[in-house]
Amino acid sequence: MRHVLSVLVENEPGVLSRISGLFSGRGFNIETLNVGPTLEEGVSVMTITTTGDDQIIEQIIKQLRKLVTVIKVVDLTELTSVELEMMLLKVHAEDSKKAEIFRLLDVFRCKIVDVGQDDIIVETTGDHDKLRALVTLLQRYGIKEMARTGAVALKRSLQLD
Amino acid sequence: MPKTGAQILLECLVREGVDALFGYPGGAIIDIYDQLPNYPLKHILVRHEQGAVHMADGYARASGKVGCALVTSGPGATNAVTGIANAYLDSIPLVVITGQVPTPLIGNDAFQEVDIVGITRPCTKHNFLVKDLESLPLIIRRAFHLARTGRPGPVLVDVPKDIQQKKMAFKFPSDKAVAMRSYNPTVQPNKQQLKKAVELLLGAKRPIIYAGGGIISSNAADPLAWLARTLQIPVTATLMGLGCFPGEDPLFLGMLGMHGTYAANMAITHSDVMLAVGARFDDRVTGKLATFAPHAKIVHVDIDPTSIRKNVRVDVPVVADCRLALEGLKEIVEARLTEKDWAGAHSPWLGQCKEWATLHPLTWKENGGIKPQYVVDAIYRLSKGQAIIATEVGQNQMWAAQFYKYNTPRTLLTSGGLGTMGFGLPAAIGAQIAFPDRLVVDVAGDGSIQMNIQELITAVCNKLPVKVVILNNGYLGMVRQWQELFYAKNYCGTCMDAQPDFVALARAYGAVGLRATTKDEVEPVLEEAFRTPNTVIVDVRVEREENVYPMIPAGASLTEMLLV
Repeated sequence: MRHVLSVLVENEPGVLSRISGLFSGRGFNIETLNVGPTLEEGVSVMTITTTGDDQIIEQIIKQLRKLVTVIKVVDLTELTSVELEMMLLKVHAEDSKKAEIFRLLDVFRCKIVDVGQDDIIVETTGDHDKLRALVTLLQRYGIKEMARTGAVALKRSLQLD
Repeated sequence: MPKTGAQILLECLVREGVDALFGYPGGAIIDIYDQLPNYPLKHILVRHEQGAVHMADGYARASGKVGCALVTSGPGATNAVTGIANAYLDSIPLVVITGQVPTPLIGNDAFQEVDIVGITRPCTKHNFLVKDLESLPLIIRRAFHLARTGRPGPVLVDVPKDIQQKKMAFKFPSDKAVAMRSYNPTVQPNKQQLKKAVELLLGAKRPIIYAGGGIISSNAADPLAWLARTLQIPVTATLMGLGCFPGEDPLFLGMLGMHGTYAANMAITHSDVMLAVGARFDDRVTGKLATFAPHAKIVHVDIDPTSIRKNVRVDVPVVADCRLALEGLKEIVEARLTEKDWAGAHSPWLGQCKEWATLHPLTWKENGGIKPQYVVDAIYRLSKGQAIIATEVGQNQMWAAQFYKYNTPRTLLTSGGLGTMGFGLPAAIGAQIAFPDRLVVDVAGDGSIQMNIQELITAVCNKLPVKVVILNNGYLGMVRQWQELFYAKNYCGTCMDAQPDFVALARAYGAVGLRATTKDEVEPVLEEAFRTPNTVIVDVRVEREENVYPMIPAGASLTEMLLV
C-alpha cells in the first residue's frame, strides 16, 4: 500500500543522503521525496511517499526514527490530511488541437504558463489521482516532458472519522 | 588561555574517561599526535588502521567502556571502515577520530582526501564532520553520548587539519548542551507490557529464554540469572550472548542456531513461551523463519525498536534497556512468588530439555590426530574458565563458542554480526590493554590469523602477554566445510597448505613460538604458553578435515540439524 510520510529533520548537510541511503541500503522504495523548510529555522520537512506492506512500512518508520538527525516521523496515511503535488507538463499542441486541449485544461483548473510553436507548458497542482488522470488524458496529444515536485502534505487540524 | 583544536579534542577525550587510544599517525592527524604526549592517554601504535579499530572494539567489549581509535584521513580512514562496520553490527560503543584535509581543500580531491563521513554513513550509529572549531567540544561530547547510550554503536568524528590548528578559549559543554531533541532512546519499559510478559511466563508450560548480546551491553546478567533460576526456565544464548548466563549452569542449554546445540534448537522449536532479550533474531539464529519457534508466544525485549518485528511476529514487544526490563520483570514476579510453585511447574519441561542434551551432547570423535574441539576444551580446563577468549572467524570461532564455557559476561570477544576475519588478534590486544593481568587467548584459524598478523608486533612492543592458539588445518575450514557438504567437495580456493612457519614467524616478531603436532603435546604446550609472560603463538596442527557439528544448512529449519 502507498503511504505518505512526513519527516521532520534537522537541516544539516548530508541529512538527505542519510534518509535516501537508509531507503536504498535496506531495499525500501521511495516513490517521491520532497524537501523544504519549515517555520522553524534549521528544521526541514521531508514528504516521502513509499509503498510496502504493513511490516515494511513499520520498519521504514522505525528506521527513520532511529536516525539521529530525524526529529519526528508521522504516517499521514493513517490521518486525514491534505496531500498535493505540483506538476509541469510540456504538451504537444498543434493549432488544430489547441482549443480542445485548453478546454480540457480548464476542466482540470490547470494554468498555461508558456506557449511555444507547437507545444504548451501546463502547471497544475493536485492530489495523486488528479495528476494521474490528467497525464493519462494528455498522453493522446503527446507529452514531451514532465517535471513533478513529489507530494507535499499536511495533517488536517480537524481529524474527522 | 586559548587552546588549539588538537588540545581541545584530547582534553575532551580525557574528560570522557578515555585512557587508551589505538591509532596510527598521518599528515592530517599529525597536530593531534603532536599534542598527544601532553595528555594522560596511553597510545597504542598499531600496524594497520583496521587493527586499531578492532583493538578499540576488543577493549570496549572486555571493559564495557567506550573504545577510541585515532587515524589519519584518506587511506587511514578507509582502512578503518571494516573495523567500524564490525562494531556497528555487534553494537559496540566506539568513537573513531579521523583526520581530514583542511576545510578549504575539502571536495578538491586533495592529497589523502576521502569523504569518510559519506562512506561510513551506513555503518556508524552517527557521524560528524567538524566544520568549525566552536562546534568541536560539543560534537565530541555528543559522539560519546551517542556511542554509549541507547543501542550502543560506533560514532565517527572527522576533524579537518585546520580545525586542529585553530585556537579558541575552551569550555567543556554541560550535560544539558549534549541533549538532542532528535535522540531520546526509550530506556524505561512499559509496565503494562511487562505485566503481560509475566502472565505469559507464569502461564507457560515450556518456556525458554533466548538471550543475546544486549544483556551483556546493558549489564543485565544478574536479573537474568535471577529470573531463570527462580522460575526454572532454561536459557539459550546467541553467539554474542555467550557469558551472559553461566555456561556451567544446569539451566543453560548452550548456543542456539546454525551451530547451536541439539537441546537448544529443539527447546526453541517446542517452546510455548519465549522471552527474547537483547537479541535480534538474526538469520544464523532462526534458520527458516516459517518454522522458527512455531508454537511460542514471543516476548521481545530490545532497546532498539527496529529490532522488534523486523524478522518475526512478536506478541509482547518491550522497548527498553534490557537491565531495566529484567529488573521490572523481577519486581512483578517477586510479588507473585507465593501463589504457587512456579518453578516446579516446569520440571517435566526441564526433564525433556535434559533428555535432548543427553541424546546429542556437544562432543567429538577421537582418532589419531589432534581434534580442534579437544584443543578448545584443553584451553578451558587449563585456564579454569577464567580467560578472556577472543576468536577469529570460521570453524575456530564456532568451536570456541561450543567447547569453552563462558561463566561471566565480557569473556568472549567475537565478531558476531559481520564475521570479520582478522578480528581476534587485535581484539585480544585491546582486551589485554584493558586487563593487563588477565589471561587473554585468541582462538585462531590459520586463515584468519593471517588477515591481521602484523599486529603481533603491537602486542610484542607493548609487552602484552596475548596467547594466540592457531587451530591450524591448512584450510579456510568453514568454507571448506560448506564445499564438502553442499558443493560436491569442490575445494576451490580454500586449501591453504602453503603457509608461513608460524613458530619462526612468532620468533621473527620477538614473540614466543610453540607447536603441537600430536595430542600428547597439546596440554604441555598450552601450559607453557599460559605460563610464559610474553606474547605467544601456539601452532596446533589439528585434523585437517574436521567439521563443526551440529550444523543447520543455511535456510533450513532448526530441527534439520546435521549431527556428529
